[in-house]
Amino acid sequence: MNKNAFIECIAQLVPPNSRVLDLGCGDGALLSYLQKNRKCTGYGVEIDDANVQACVKSDVEVIQLNLDEGLTMFSDQSFDVVLQIDTLQHLRNAETMLLETIRVGRLGIVSFPNFAHWPNRLSILGGRMPVTKRLPYQWYDTPNIRVGTFDDFGGLANKNNIKILDSFGIKDAKQVRLLPNLRAPTAVFKIEKQITVKD
Amino acid sequence: MSLIATPQTMSFNEPLLLSSGQRLQNYQLAYETYGKLNEKKDNAVLICHALNASHHVAGVYEANSESDVGWWDSMIGPNKPVDTNKFFVICINNLGSCFGSTGPMHINSETNKVWGADFPVVTVEDWVHSQERLIRALGISRLIAVMGGSLGGMQALSWSLEYPDKVDHCVVIASAPNLNAENIAFNEVARRAIVNDPDFHGGHFYEQNVIPKRGLKIARMVGHITYLSDDVMNSKFGRSLRNGEIKYSTQDIEFEIESYLRYQGEKFSDYFDANTYLLITRALDYFDPAKAHENNLTKALEKSKAKFLVVSFKTDWRFSPARSREIVKALIDNKRSVTYAEIDAPHGHDAFLLEDERYIELVRSYFEGIHKKLNAVTTHE
Repeated sequence: MNKNAFIECIAQLVPPNSRVLDLGCGDGALLSYLQKNRKCTGYGVEIDDANVQACVKSDVEVIQLNLDEGLTMFSDQSFDVVLQIDTLQHLRNAETMLLETIRVGRLGIVSFPNFAHWPNRLSILGGRMPVTKRLPYQWYDTPNIRVGTFDDFGGLANKNNIKILDSFGIKDAKQVRLLPNLRAPTAVFKIEKQITVKD
Repeated sequence: MSLIATPQTMSFNEPLLLSSGQRLQNYQLAYETYGKLNEKKDNAVLICHALNASHHVAGVYEANSESDVGWWDSMIGPNKPVDTNKFFVICINNLGSCFGSTGPMHINSETNKVWGADFPVVTVEDWVHSQERLIRALGISRLIAVMGGSLGGMQALSWSLEYPDKVDHCVVIASAPNLNAENIAFNEVARRAIVNDPDFHGGHFYEQNVIPKRGLKIARMVGHITYLSDDVMNSKFGRSLRNGEIKYSTQDIEFEIESYLRYQGEKFSDYFDANTYLLITRALDYFDPAKAHENNLTKALEKSKAKFLVVSFKTDWRFSPARSREIVKALIDNKRSVTYAEIDAPHGHDAFLLEDERYIELVRSYFEGIHKKLNAVTTHE
C-alpha cells in the first residue's frame, strides 16, 4: 500500500478547515497532510513514544494517551471529524471506541484491513492464515488483536444504531464500490451518530 | 567547554502589590541569563524554578567550575534541548527565596529590621508579576517560551494567564493546576516540623544566631520521599543495612534509606532557609487558577493564548499524570494548541530533572520547532 496515495485517498473525505482528532495518528503524516493541504486543525492521539516524537518533529500536535482508557479528555461533538485509520484492529474495546468516535466527532471516518478480501479467503480455504501486503504479519507476531470484514462492520454499526453515511473499499489507493467485501483489502466507513427523534 | 554563568541582581523601587493586599515597597531579584538576546528581542525564554532551586539553572560559576552546576544543566546550554546558541535564556530567583532575591533573611527597609516571619506571604501570581518587571527592564516585550517543572510549571501556566499577550509557548512539566489535599498535607508536615523546632523562634531566629536545622532536615526528608517512586527507592536501597547486620537499635541508622534521607536532610539544612521553605510551600498550596472561575479550569484557561507543551511522568505520584491531563483537557476544551507527553520513566517526580532520553529529545524537538518558526518569521520579513 502506497502510504502517500492512501493518505490522499482518506484526506479527500475530510472537509477543508475541519477540526480533526486522529485516533492512533502514528507519526502524524495524515494530520500533517490535512494541515498543509486542507487547512485543518486539531490533534493526534498516540501511545507510542517514537511516534509522539515524530509528531512533534513534523509540527503535529499530539496527545499521548492509551486509547483503551477511553476518550474522557474530549468533550461531546467537539471535533468536526474523528479519524480512526487502521486503529480499530489494535483496540481491546473496539466497540466502545467506535461509539466514542461519534460522541466526540460530528463525523467519524474509520478504516481497517478487510479480512474478507478474496486473497485472504483463498488462504483460509487453503488452511493457512493470510500473509499479504495489507496484512503482512504471521499469525503469531501480528499486532492486530482482531480481524473483521467490510460486512462485519455494517453489522456492528447497525447493532449500535450508528448511521453509515458512505462506505467503500480501497485498493491501490482507489475507491472500490463494486463488491468491496470481496474486492478490497481496506474497508472505509463514514459514520455519524443516529439522531433518534423523541416525541 | 562549560557554559560560564554570571549571577546578576536588579533592584525595583516601585512597590509591588501582592495577592494578599500587602505591598512590597522595594525589592531586588537575582537572576542569570545565558545566550544572546537577538536584535528583535524575540528569542527570550524564561525558566521558572521549583521549590528548592535558584536562578542558577545552567552552566557553572567561573570560580567553582567543578561543583555548582546549574540545576537544569541537562536541559539548558549550548546544543542542549533549550539551546543557548539560539535562545536567550533567563532564570530569576523567586521573591522570598534564599538565593539572592529579597527574602525573609533581608532587612525590611521600612523597619530596618530583618523581615523574618514578617516577610509577606507571596503567591505564584506575585512571582509572575515581579518577573514580568524584570523581563520588561531587559527590553523584552514578549517571551518566545516560558518553561518550568513542578512549581516552576505552575509559574509558566500562570504567565500564560497573567500575561496572555506576552507568552508564545508555555512548557509545563510534571506540574498540576493546583495541589490536592494529600499534597497540601505533605507540605503541612514539613512546615510543622520547621515551626516546632525550638530554634525557629516564631520565624525570628536570625537575631538569635541559630538555625532551625532539625525542622529543615525533617521537612526535606518528607519532601524527598515524595519526589521518588517506590520502585526507584527499592532498587536503590531496598532493605540494605548500613552495617551489614541488625544492631537492635531504635535510634541509630539501621537501613541505607535512613542514611540517605538523613544525608539529604543534612545537606539541605546547610543551605536552605526555614522561612523560605514555609513561604514557598504556601505559594504551592495557594496556587489554583480555577478557583476564581467556580473551580472550572476550562473557564480559567480561556484567557491563555499560548501554545502548550505539557509533560508528565508515569511514576510521579506527587504531581501525577492525571493532574497534567486536567490541564491538557482544559486547553483542548478551549481549542488551544497543545502537545502532551506522558513519559514512562521510573524516577517519580524527580524525573523532570533527570536525563531520560525520550523526555530530553521531545523537549529538544519542541524547541527546534519554535526556533524554526522564529527563523521563518525573520526571513519572511
